[in-house]
Amino acid sequence: MRLRLGYIPLIDAAPLIVAHELGFAAEEGLTLDLVRLGAWAQSRDMLGAGLIDAAHMLVPMPIGQALGLGPRLPDFDLVMFLAHGGQAVAISTGIEQRLRAEGHGFDFSDARAAGLALRRAAPGRLRVGVPFTFSTQLELIRHWLTGCGFRPDDLRLKTVPPPMMADALAADEIDAFCVGEPWASFAVERGIAALLLPGPAIWASPPEKGLVLRRDFAVTRPDQTGALMRAIWRAGRWLDEPDHRGTAAEILSRPDYLDLPAELAERGLTGRLLISTGGEVRSVPNFLAFNAGAASFPWKSLAALIARSIAVRHDLAPDAAMRRAMTHFRTDLYRQHLRPAGASLPGASLRVEGMIEAERVVAAERGQMTLRADRFFDGFVFEPPGESPDRSASQD
Amino acid sequence: MLKNLLIVVVEADTDRAQSIADGLAETGDHDIRIVAEQSSLARRVAELRPDVVLIDIADPSRDILEELALASGPAERPVAMFVDRSDEQLTRSAIEAGISAYVVGGLRPDRIKPIIDAAVARFHMLQQLRAELAATRAALEERKIVDRAKAVLMKARGMDEAEAYALLRKTAMDQGKRIGEIAQQLVTAAGLLGR
Repeated sequence: MRLRLGYIPLIDAAPLIVAHELGFAAEEGLTLDLVRLGAWAQSRDMLGAGLIDAAHMLVPMPIGQALGLGPRLPDFDLVMFLAHGGQAVAISTGIEQRLRAEGHGFDFSDARAAGLALRRAAPGRLRVGVPFTFSTQLELIRHWLTGCGFRPDDLRLKTVPPPMMADALAADEIDAFCVGEPWASFAVERGIAALLLPGPAIWASPPEKGLVLRRDFAVTRPDQTGALMRAIWRAGRWLDEPDHRGTAAEILSRPDYLDLPAELAERGLTGRLLISTGGEVRSVPNFLAFNAGAASFPWKSLAALIARSIAVRHDLAPDAAMRRAMTHFRTDLYRQHLRPAGASLPGASLRVEGMIEAERVVAAERGQMTLRADRFFDGFVFEPPGESPDRSASQD
Repeated sequence: MLKNLLIVVVEADTDRAQSIADGLAETGDHDIRIVAEQSSLARRVAELRPDVVLIDIADPSRDILEELALASGPAERPVAMFVDRSDEQLTRSAIEAGISAYVVGGLRPDRIKPIIDAAVARFHMLQQLRAELAATRAALEERKIVDRAKAVLMKARGMDEAEAYALLRKTAMDQGKRIGEIAQQLVTAAGLLGR
């Protein structure tokens, strides 16, 4: 069976590309046609029109659709996460110099110190590029900077397509940006930017991309939906073996996919990032995760968290928005289709977010499982609406 | 009489932009503006307040328009998705042709349709031209490779050009492959052997 999958050329498209290249899809009897796309809006429109069967999408995108903030298209569902993390915050070399003059050490880990230093070094309005209106990057930037003394009015968040981030910074259209790899490293390579923080320094496990299907597809073609999910889940498991990341970089860098030097793709995949033109390298454990620690499980509480934030910005009733968004994160399909593959399944489908300080072993549907750390830099905790969220998943 | 529409075409390629503008001009006496620069897109659209913005569906700059569509209040959106207010068939044919359109709220579907239809026709034409160009390029590439393969055979086996070509053709036929593929394999192998 042939399926058409849309992806945007970023390193976190790896699970789709690896599922195809290393035969995980073929094992499930699938042939994948991978369609490289140029814009997030294109991905959404093509999925809506049925020109692709599934898409690699920013996690907040199906939520924006669910809340009626996009064009009128058939319902979309997110059936699994594809990646957590993988983003970095880049600043102009001008701001970098001011930060250094003030003694900021570029430790690439302390989000509060970096945010406060940035507030001092860049008084007044800060223009920050993000890849899309509904993006994890936008959520990260707002949470981080409003928690470090920036008022919402001090922030001008501007959509800039990732390949154009470096140019926009060079042309002084923005002062900083937050983007998925390889585009932060690309700007450093061009001598235009320095990296101030990795996304996971702000939020330990920010859900970045998801596998999104039309609901009618998932309902009417359960076998193919399951086969696709299992192929991608196994690809993610393969990718989370540290030894495999170099090979993954080789595959992704090919002209058919990201079409860039493997060395550039490798930085984000291995979490070893060159943060400045001065040659400083920082290693970030867990910079980008595909599968480990139940990374692919689409917690409904994450749908609620993001929906609330979007609702507040767009003057929608937060409670209704959260409840609506939660119905589009299909933990039921995840359980149904990935149980046979041996995926660890949590007992509940929503939890209090931001409670896990360090990787933790908890009870699972069967036996035990490890959950990733999900702490926010400022200790923010989010309690989703609904029955009683599972605290056991987030407490000992 | 209906007022003429202000249409913005976002396209960096001048020839392509002109071709689309020409197609649109046939639908009426519209004011057509071309925006080529991604960096000035948001500013230009805010200044011009066009009735319709047309842009390649795969153009990364589209995501900037998405932000504009959401940023302003519903009452006075400079741009909005035309798929919101038009029939599905029209939407689909536009998406298939590779075009996306942003339309100001309140513009009647009967005014949008001829414009989208004209744009779809132009996009199809341009796609075809592109495909033809790509095919021509591929043919040229293949000829270069075949020439190199012939040179390899002539040197290694002391053949003349006609014999070398005949051998390539026979091998291709025997293996059920294109002559270009066989030539490519030979050139690659010769490269590996350092010849």
